[in-house]
Amino acid sequence: MATRSLTGAGTAAWISVLALVLLAAGAFLPLAIMALPGGGGAVAGALGDPVVWRSLRFTLVQAALSTGLSLLFAVPVAAALYEMRRFPGRGLVLRLFALPLALPQIVAVLAIVGLYGERGAVSRMVESAGLGFPSIYGLTGILIAHVFFNMPLAVRIVLGGLASMPGEYDRLSYQLGMGFRARFRHVVWPFMRPALASAASLIFMLCVTSFTVVLTLGGGPRATTLEVAIYQALTFDFDIARAVLLAGVQIAVTALAFGLLARAGGEVSAGLTVGALRPFLVRRHVPGQAVSAITILVGTLFVLLPFAVIIWRGLSADLMGLFGQAGFQRALATSLILGTLAACLAVSLSLALASGMARAAAGRRFRGERTRAERAIGQSSSLILVVPPVVIAAGWFVVIRQFSSAYAAAPVMVVTINAAMAVPFAIRLILPAVTGAAERYDRLCLQLGLRGFSRLRLVTWPLVRRATLLAFAFSLALSLGDLGVIAIFGSQDVQTLPYLILQRMGSYRTQDAAGLALILCAMTMALMMIADRAGKEDSARERSET
Amino acid sequence: MRFDCDFAAGAITALVGPSGSGKSTLLNLLAGFEVPQSGAIRFDGEDMARVPVSERPVSMVFQENNLFAHLSVFENVALGLSPSLRLDPTDRDAAEEALASVGLGGYGARLPGQLSGGERQRVALARVIVRRKPVLLLDEAFASLGPALRLEMLDLVARIHSERGMTTLMVTHFPEDARRIAPQTVFLAAGTVVAGGPTETLLDPGTAPQAIRDYLGSAEST
Repeated sequence: MATRSLTGAGTAAWISVLALVLLAAGAFLPLAIMALPGGGGAVAGALGDPVVWRSLRFTLVQAALSTGLSLLFAVPVAAALYEMRRFPGRGLVLRLFALPLALPQIVAVLAIVGLYGERGAVSRMVESAGLGFPSIYGLTGILIAHVFFNMPLAVRIVLGGLASMPGEYDRLSYQLGMGFRARFRHVVWPFMRPALASAASLIFMLCVTSFTVVLTLGGGPRATTLEVAIYQALTFDFDIARAVLLAGVQIAVTALAFGLLARAGGEVSAGLTVGALRPFLVRRHVPGQAVSAITILVGTLFVLLPFAVIIWRGLSADLMGLFGQAGFQRALATSLILGTLAACLAVSLSLALASGMARAAAGRRFRGERTRAERAIGQSSSLILVVPPVVIAAGWFVVIRQFSSAYAAAPVMVVTINAAMAVPFAIRLILPAVTGAAERYDRLCLQLGLRGFSRLRLVTWPLVRRATLLAFAFSLALSLGDLGVIAIFGSQDVQTLPYLILQRMGSYRTQDAAGLALILCAMTMALMMIADRAGKEDSARERSET
Repeated sequence: MRFDCDFAAGAITALVGPSGSGKSTLLNLLAGFEVPQSGAIRFDGEDMARVPVSERPVSMVFQENNLFAHLSVFENVALGLSPSLRLDPTDRDAAEEALASVGLGGYGARLPGQLSGGERQRVALARVIVRRKPVLLLDEAFASLGPALRLEMLDLVARIHSERGMTTLMVTHFPEDARRIAPQTVFLAAGTVVAGGPTETLLDPGTAPQAIRDYLGSAEST
């Protein structure tokens, strides 16, 4: 009995795995149904549809360009932040760079339109200088938005990679009198390169599955990605065969991208934390410092300005009137209820999966290789990355409407798919705490006969509580801002805040949209700050314990 | 912490004391990796306060990570001649010669990972040789090596010292290290200099002050 509880992963973990697999299977069900006699011809017919191949090409091109540009801007900013290790506000800049990750995409899109769109602050400045500024709708806007989301992410990943450099290297490079260029080539770059590779593969994957940005900034059939094409096939054209084919292609592309990510040693949750760099006071030449300072300033402004625009435009909207609208109140309530449920589900799934992994890991303490159980659980938690939310939602939409109204299933679909979306992040936050608790107290618990719920309550929970709350806050922020699932399942009856923003944008009620964006932004950013603070207290406590 | 001491030019001095006594901090101050809150560090009468790390007359060898793992042994030594690795033929000869003088002739093409711990520290010493700085700081540079190897490395330091007359400061936990090559010893405790003088008398359980006898313990008095 005791040995089995050590080696087995536990029932709860396997139930969670099953739930995630079932959910993702929804994406494949229509394919299976279509493959039945009579349906197969329609999908094969869609093969000749130019929309499919045009969106595939655009998906790959925009993702490659977004990745390249994000890295191109991230390298100088990261190098400057590394050089200037001791300026006041450095911590603030790094924290600012963590925010775009959790900012609802629709909110960022509004801000970017406000800055770079027609009559936007930046585009007007460029035009008054006598230069032309391309239209924000189309590839330009998509690239700006993707760089806004991913450049800061790449900076954080790169700085995290540099933190793994031995401190002596740093000192040596100064003692040997290396200049900026020599230090970059011999010391910084060798540590930056692997971090850049994993950042590149992660950003490529995020951009291949980018939905909201392309939906709102993509201009017509020329700038449409696979996911947006699926959405259009389902909601406007009702061309189910094309949607199914597109979904199949999208899964193939994401699977490929995920393979790249795994090979590059990338981590989905990379950039959530940044290792501390050893502070070290060095006198430097003034010109080098000036270049670094300007680089940091430009990078910071690029990330900060959209937030400023959200606040500025939101405050000048009629917020009081907005609060009085019945539509807003319903959307807010729906968002909060569905978001909370999704976050609860995400955290429960992650806890179950993490405990399963910890137990499976304990079974092999003296063997190096990971057991099959561990790998299966780990892979199921990242299934959502290969089969993206919009594809799952589209699959279930096609299946459910065979039997009843698909829109009635909206709450269930939003909660489950948004929960699955958050699991890869939540599990990375929870897993270290759970495995730590297991490693420290496994034998003691066995000896005392602490099992099941009493062990969870007395031993595990007190140790993982903080990580769980952090994961909850992050999951809630993620589901509050998601537009993918609700865009497909949303209707007059079920609307969330991002959906309402999309509607207001569509009907040119920009004042309302700006107000809503500010409210949604404030909610998610507050959650991120709570999570950030909790995380910091956590690491401070760990330091004091060692 | 508060340090008030001077070190004789051209001599080997051992820095001894319990952990946390400030030995490494003192070396970091001299090398410029840390900045004193007040006071001055003088070398040959010249105040070092405004002298950048790379311009100080100092080479420091750490306990580990002295070599860049992704650069070859030769390049690691050559960095001491040109921080951008732009080498002329005389530089190349000097680097090869230094490697030969620490007993690693022909090892230049290898990566540090292919070397043993002792060999890696020899490469670090080869770089010290080509840098030609008048001061050598050893921060427990040989503490992770086995006893025989450690003594071998100390003898190498002594040889480099006799050839070049570098002012050498050596942090160590082992009193026998000091007795072997350092005529002078400075004893630190709790962030300050407790005593300094000839190693023989300072580390002799018979004549040492009480604090040093406590540090040496009974193992040394037998």
